[in-house]
Amino acid sequence: MSLVSEGAELAGSRAASARLEPSIASVGDYVALMKPRVMSLVVFTALVGLMIAPGHVHPVIGFTALLCIAVGAGAAGVLNMWYDGDIDAVMTRTAGRPIPQGRVAPGEALAFGTVLAGFSVGVLGLLVSWVAAALLAFTVFFYVVVYTMWLKRSTPQNIVIGGAAGAFPPMIGWAAATGGISIEPCLLFLIVFFWTPPHFWALSLIRTDDYARARIPMLPVVAGPDETRRQILLYAFVLAPVGAAPWLLGYAGAIYGVTAIAAGGAMAGLAWRLRNERDGARAERAAQQLFAFSILYLFVLFAVLLVEGGLGSLVGHAARALW
Amino acid sequence: MDEKPERVVLTEEQKRSRRARSIAIALALGVLVILFYIVTLVKGPAVLNRPL
Repeated sequence: MSLVSEGAELAGSRAASARLEPSIASVGDYVALMKPRVMSLVVFTALVGLMIAPGHVHPVIGFTALLCIAVGAGAAGVLNMWYDGDIDAVMTRTAGRPIPQGRVAPGEALAFGTVLAGFSVGVLGLLVSWVAAALLAFTVFFYVVVYTMWLKRSTPQNIVIGGAAGAFPPMIGWAAATGGISIEPCLLFLIVFFWTPPHFWALSLIRTDDYARARIPMLPVVAGPDETRRQILLYAFVLAPVGAAPWLLGYAGAIYGVTAIAAGGAMAGLAWRLRNERDGARAERAAQQLFAFSILYLFVLFAVLLVEGGLGSLVGHAARALW
Repeated sequence: MDEKPERVVLTEEQKRSRRARSIAIALALGVLVILFYIVTLVKGPAVLNRPL
């Protein structure tokens, strides 16, 4: 019997006993199902898309849009945990989640995620914009059906294509502000899209055994760590110019340009070091450093865009109102 | 013979969890009502205008 099916049986028996007894799930368990750390990144990138968009968004409408995007991202996380309960049970990183622990029954998670998805898309459409709502619905669909149900267990390109789901939030934020889509949010999409492979492959290099035990065909499991390091380097080389593209195309200022070039260079440098450090603790440390820096990279680039574009225009609005 | 139906008796932990979940659902619904109310005030008559 495979470890995956053992884990699935274990999760299944726990889930069955959870179904027979009244639930002891706390509010915290339901919050954990929504993957709050992923939600925070989604909200931040959506905020940047919302703030750098042309025109003025009423703060209440902006808040409503971000709330709906956060809940929609949470719904996707819940439905991901519902479907992945079997593999979560055999991975060290995810074994403590509410479903493998038997604190939340899979059916409860499915109902919770479906209700959240429906409400987030419906409220975003009714109160903000139907274009943004359609994009949010597509994002949830893409993450749950295309990535979780299809790609994750079938191809090492899972997080490359599935990464699109994480790249949509700035577009949704922009659409919430303008009612449409243009080149700028597409550039933000591309930055997150090309950032995702080096970010997740650096993590999967550290957690290769975990993924192998769960039979998830992550690149290091299928093609080996050396090929993964080579592809991380290639994506880092593509990411550097893509990260600078908003400045190169005139959509962002000089501060962003300098930051993007420096951060892109640092990311490529760390990927180059990871490519050359292949054994032992030094190799693991190189992967950890690239993973940690990749989070900082995305945060800094979007933060500078927010300061340059969003807050700059906010100050401009306030100054014009005062004069 | 007069048999009473079996009833589920909740433990204290289950009662506490259920109460916390009920409060969370009530708060979420309350926030939704307040949100719709405030957005209606902010948008005014334009609340009925829903272009794509």
